[in-house]
Amino acid sequence: MIFLQLFYVFFIIGLFGFGGGYAMISMIQGEVVTHYHWLTTQEFTDIVAVSQMTPGPIGINTATFAGYRAVVNAGYPPMMGAMGSALATFAEVLPQFLLMIIVLRMLMKYWEHPVKKMIFSALRPTIVGLIAAASLLLMTPENFSSMAVSPWQFCISIFLFSATFIGILCFNVSPIRMICLCGVAGFLLYY
Amino acid sequence: MRFYRYICILNDRIMGICIEGFRTCFKIGLFTLGGGYAMIPIMQREVVDRHKWLSEEDFLDIISLSQALPGVFAVNMSAYIGYRLKGVLGAILFALGTVLPSFIIILLIALCFHNYSQWHWLEAIFKGVRPAVVALIAVPCVRMWKTAGIKLTTVWVPVLTALLIWLVGISPVWIIVAVVVGAYLYGRVLKMEDKEDGL
Repeated sequence: MIFLQLFYVFFIIGLFGFGGGYAMISMIQGEVVTHYHWLTTQEFTDIVAVSQMTPGPIGINTATFAGYRAVVNAGYPPMMGAMGSALATFAEVLPQFLLMIIVLRMLMKYWEHPVKKMIFSALRPTIVGLIAAASLLLMTPENFSSMAVSPWQFCISIFLFSATFIGILCFNVSPIRMICLCGVAGFLLYY
Repeated sequence: MRFYRYICILNDRIMGICIEGFRTCFKIGLFTLGGGYAMIPIMQREVVDRHKWLSEEDFLDIISLSQALPGVFAVNMSAYIGYRLKGVLGAILFALGTVLPSFIIILLIALCFHNYSQWHWLEAIFKGVRPAVVALIAVPCVRMWKTAGIKLTTVWVPVLTALLIWLVGISPVWIIVAVVVGAYLYGRVLKMEDKEDGL
């Protein structure tokens, strides 16, 4: 029974989860914590913290974790919990996957159509603005600390930001290598 | 035996690019920290610069479509790339490659560890990584400036978009919808003018 409910809940979340990971987190919280009481608020906060601290899309991480905890909290053994997390992740990804295939099928028909080309060439500059906004929205005290709270961490954050920016843009360093280097720097400086 | 040979042929002819794609997406998924947007420069490097599967314009179109559709941004992007390259099978494999690393890692954490809020070393690493992730997202803005066709006359488009989302808090989905409708109507008007000229 809980598996059916899990599938339904995460399918709906995947279907209406516009606006990426953070918008989906609040939807997952609304369903999993407030509506179905599968998890406590404390557990959910922990899950979100771990999702942000591990690689991968945040929406996927949260679904995997919440699916596992929901089944285990319902009294099933951990192996069934693994099933639950697989089901939740699958259900979350399924609607967007189907939608993407359907939309692409339709688009392929009009690939060379002048109106399609016009729409996409109008979208390109918009997307650059969109990415710029995403990066501006992340320049918060949670990510950078602040001068008032911890000047030391703030300066290091600014340095790591500039080093990554210049390293990738001017010296063509691989982004993955840059992330690893910053992780090592964080470990050495803060631990 | 025949089944094995069939697998081999499948492997050689069709699966080559799919397996390479799966591996690439797995790598991308493994190193994407802090959400889908941080994936853009890594994906661009792998898909556009290294494997040359798509042009830079195509890559920008992928981002706009992935943002317009619901769901996890990163999965949309990889499914799109997979579908463009090898149809539905490619889409499944690329999406699976993106999802699998985070699924495995989270499942291991859920199964084996319980006091994850006490991991101070992980928190320390992430204090260093977070500013880098923000820089990672800022890089494509500069890099895609030329590809996006931004000139002095159109520079207000990205600036206005960024300000609307950042300061006013409008959802990116609405901005994309507005641009699509606007471009469609503009295209219609141009067409009608052409017809009138023809008459």
